Amino acid sequence: MTFGLYIHVPFCLKRCGYCDFNTYTSMDMGEGASVDHYATMIIEEMALLKRWQERNGITPEPISTIFFGGGTPTVLKAFDLVRMVQTAEHEWGIIDNPEITTEANPDTVDAAYLQTLKAGGFTRISFGMQSAVPHVLKTLDRTHTPENVVTNVKAAQILGLECSVDLIYGTPGESIDDWKTSVRSALAMEPTHISAYALTLEPTTPMGRKVDYGILPKPNDDDEAEKYEIADSLFSAQGLEWYEISNWAVPGHECRHNLGYWRNIDWAGLGPGAHSHFSHLNASTTLPQGAYAVDDHDGFTRQHRRLPEDCSSIRAWDIRHPRRWAHTIHQGNVPWQGAETLNHHATLEEAIMLGVRLREGLDVAGINAIAGKQLQPGILHALHAEGLIERQTSTIVPTLHGRLLNDIIVEKLLDAYMLE
Amino acid sequence: MAVQHNQPGFTDQSLIRNFCIIAHIDHGKSTVADRILQLSGIVSDREMHDQFLDRMDIEQERGITIKSQAVRVPWIADGKEYTLGMIDTPGHVDFTYEVSRALAACEGAVLLVDATQGIEAQTLSNLYMAIDHDLTIIPVLNKIDLPSAEPDKHAKEIAGLLGCPESDILRVSGKTGEGIRELLDRIVVEVPPPHGDARAPARAMIFDSVYDSYRGIVTYIRMIDGEIKSRQKIRMMGLGTVHDPIELGVISPDMTPTKALGAGEVGYVITGVKDVGQSKVGDTITTEQDPATTALPGYRDPHPMVYAGLFPVDNADFPDLREALDKLKLNDAALIYEPETSVALGFGFRCGFLGLLHMEIVAERLSREFDLDLISTAPNVTYDVTMEDGKVHHVTNPSEFPDGKVKKIVEPVVSADIITPKEFIGSVMELCQDHRGQMGTMEYISEDRVEMHYTMPLAEIVFDFFDQLKSRTKGYASLDYHESGEQSADLVKVDILIQGEKVDAFSAVVHRDKAYAYGVMMTKKLRELIPRQQFEIPIQAAIGSRIIARETIRALRKDVLAKCYGGDITRKRKLLEKQKAGKKRMKMLGRVEVPQEAFIAALSTDDSTDRDTRDKIRAAAKKDS
Repeated sequence: MTFGLYIHVPFCLKRCGYCDFNTYTSMDMGEGASVDHYATMIIEEMALLKRWQERNGITPEPISTIFFGGGTPTVLKAFDLVRMVQTAEHEWGIIDNPEITTEANPDTVDAAYLQTLKAGGFTRISFGMQSAVPHVLKTLDRTHTPENVVTNVKAAQILGLECSVDLIYGTPGESIDDWKTSVRSALAMEPTHISAYALTLEPTTPMGRKVDYGILPKPNDDDEAEKYEIADSLFSAQGLEWYEISNWAVPGHECRHNLGYWRNIDWAGLGPGAHSHFSHLNASTTLPQGAYAVDDHDGFTRQHRRLPEDCSSIRAWDIRHPRRWAHTIHQGNVPWQGAETLNHHATLEEAIMLGVRLREGLDVAGINAIAGKQLQPGILHALHAEGLIERQTSTIVPTLHGRLLNDIIVEKLLDAYMLE
Repeated sequence: MAVQHNQPGFTDQSLIRNFCIIAHIDHGKSTVADRILQLSGIVSDREMHDQFLDRMDIEQERGITIKSQAVRVPWIADGKEYTLGMIDTPGHVDFTYEVSRALAACEGAVLLVDATQGIEAQTLSNLYMAIDHDLTIIPVLNKIDLPSAEPDKHAKEIAGLLGCPESDILRVSGKTGEGIRELLDRIVVEVPPPHGDARAPARAMIFDSVYDSYRGIVTYIRMIDGEIKSRQKIRMMGLGTVHDPIELGVISPDMTPTKALGAGEVGYVITGVKDVGQSKVGDTITTEQDPATTALPGYRDPHPMVYAGLFPVDNADFPDLREALDKLKLNDAALIYEPETSVALGFGFRCGFLGLLHMEIVAERLSREFDLDLISTAPNVTYDVTMEDGKVHHVTNPSEFPDGKVKKIVEPVVSADIITPKEFIGSVMELCQDHRGQMGTMEYISEDRVEMHYTMPLAEIVFDFFDQLKSRTKGYASLDYHESGEQSADLVKVDILIQGEKVDAFSAVVHRDKAYAYGVMMTKKLRELIPRQQFEIPIQAAIGSRIIARETIRALRKDVLAKCYGGDITRKRKLLEKQKAGKKRMKMLGRVEVPQEAFIAALSTDDSTDRDTRDKIRAAAKKDS
């Protein structure tokens, strides 16, 4: 099975008010959890994970994609990023023509930095642009100006790196025209890939609290729906087609790493709080010993650390706090904090909720096989009649309306499979 | 602990004094009762906790007495031991019937008045009832320890009311115990002893009964004539059934078995029967061996003034609800119920209550003591609807309101007595007028307080009148009401339609002038409460086929998580599972999913007349006229 690698870099120069990712503004948190020492820690984690795979007879194919996310991976020295790629190649091997991406904050890179990445094998840069409108960037606590995005994207394009930009819509105070400005500015840079996300307000973030207290207006679903439709039409007019709910690309330039998540492939996630997914495990698989707390109700017991009978895949996540994460690595243990085993029911749920996000669609035969029963054709007719899916029989593909109401499709499909 | 020499069954009637305490709610009746128990020595200081007699959790929490209790208390006066039968009574207007039962078992009543508040509406209604039962009244001012007490002023009020000298009015403090001895001595002197015929065949009145899950029905009785021995078979004269009592006893202050109960005594009997129909309050008990020939005059049967539907949130709990109601009925004779089916809410019961507090307490006991999750519909009164063709329908449920040409609708009317400080006269009059009240007379009961008399439709009182009265008078006004016939009125049924389908649970019978207000309020509330769905949902209010108000819940446009990468998958799946579980608690009305909370909130009585609502009501009424 295709194998991917995700590396989380939990450092940021400044914390944005909307962000609830596992990231910290302290550059040295002790025990080696520092910007300077970070690559070394990840390299050690690679070795520990590889040893665990070997012990359990897990032999993945060579890595096809690597993705550095954060946080801000580009607070690390460019060569540190390259070093981690080199070690990954040493541990698992890398296929020909891989996709190696890093997220980049427009503030933290320049042409020399990008040059080092390109020389070290990176193929793709994903820029956190978010908006082209200064007051929106300010509400989002972003420190960059619209201009340095343009400069850096151009520098990357000249080096032959694929470029993607991220946009956020629905920021409090953002008008429809503001959003159009951002979309047009992004398109003007001619990236081959754009991700556009509705601002997700988490109640625990500073921005979430401001909305709770009424200091900022509440995001509005109708406004977000309208902005989504605007983005979709402007992107496709310039040749960027949607391939996942929040992602558009010039055909052939889709992000292969992210597609892997929705196709439910295996990947290893390294770094504090990163998630991993391993499927097709055999019954004798033993989870790594160490600091992680097992999710007892999902079938593990502390004593056995064995998979329950009806489970052959797991999701696991690293310890969130960088210092404790580093400490566990120093002790020689895979720094997993928790894991859940996926039974038949959970596997079906995930396959459906991930598959209907994609333009390539959800393969009906594949889902029938997981569910162990046939989907009644009536449900597909009904979904089509409600304008939620395209008229197709072998795959389920959401329409524009169905992308915006994707959770309703998921719910109805699940109901259809659960009904006896 | 005091030793009681007067043994049950062997106490001469001349040594017995049966009395009750009557008071407005919160005037400190239970505290006085507690002090009496303590002073008499039957409850040690160590065992004493506040409101000893109020055993139900709700009573303790709300600080009110719902069920009356009867305790046998010894008291020595002039070197002689007397046996006092003390009956604690509820004070709230809804429990008038329970008060009347307690009164019928007594010869005297302690009229307790809060020295900081003075006479209140229920003080009067309880007093009148006690006088109707021919009881000796002992007036007492309570809470004299409080700095805000004005005993002289209120003594004057009471003296004026009873026509006695002010010096006759005792002053006590239930909190400190001051004056309680004097009160007990007064009871011994003034309350007449019972005067039944101790040698006649036994006759005992059932004045209350409770269900005990271990022992079955515990029936409280007051012996009028003769005696009952613990091994004697007893006969319920009304029902004609015969029982072998398991236990006969008195409460002092715990249940204490005795060999006999004699004339004039208050006690209990346990028959071991668990069938709720077997212990009818108001029935007369006699012995099988030497039965009396005529039963005692029965009690006034309480009849419910207010109806509401009670439905289990989970329809599978319906049998549990039935069982719970059966058990409550045992010690709540005023509760009536019959099965009802609602399209929206499923299987439940239409229940009749004495009033709103009674309804609240029943609902709360059902949820607390029987662990039931319930939805209750808006309370309504009963109507007699005469059709053009002369047919008459007795309507206890708005959904039964007949379609077609109506000739006349008759609704129950009450006369309401409101006591308020004079500065609130204006706002009380306004409130009563808003509720279709007709003013009768108004009297000053003291320099600064008045008693106002109104005739009002009961329907206007049962919804939220009392809360509004309290809020408009800063809590100072008190209310009492009793039935006072009926009147014909211009009433209409307002239906609420969700996506064109009538939701029976929301139908209401209201005065024509209030129809718009009801329609606008309900449609607005529902628009807020029902989540947006895949399609547009019209919510309408209608009289017959005529739409009087409309709101629209617009179709949902976005229901998707923007980001779903590796680390989001577990969280997203758990979210989906949670949503699915939440959906199970939704009621389907046609295609529309309505959360349980929407029913509960829509049927709550909160006063949601914000400006927008008022504007819409005006607009709707205008359009129609």
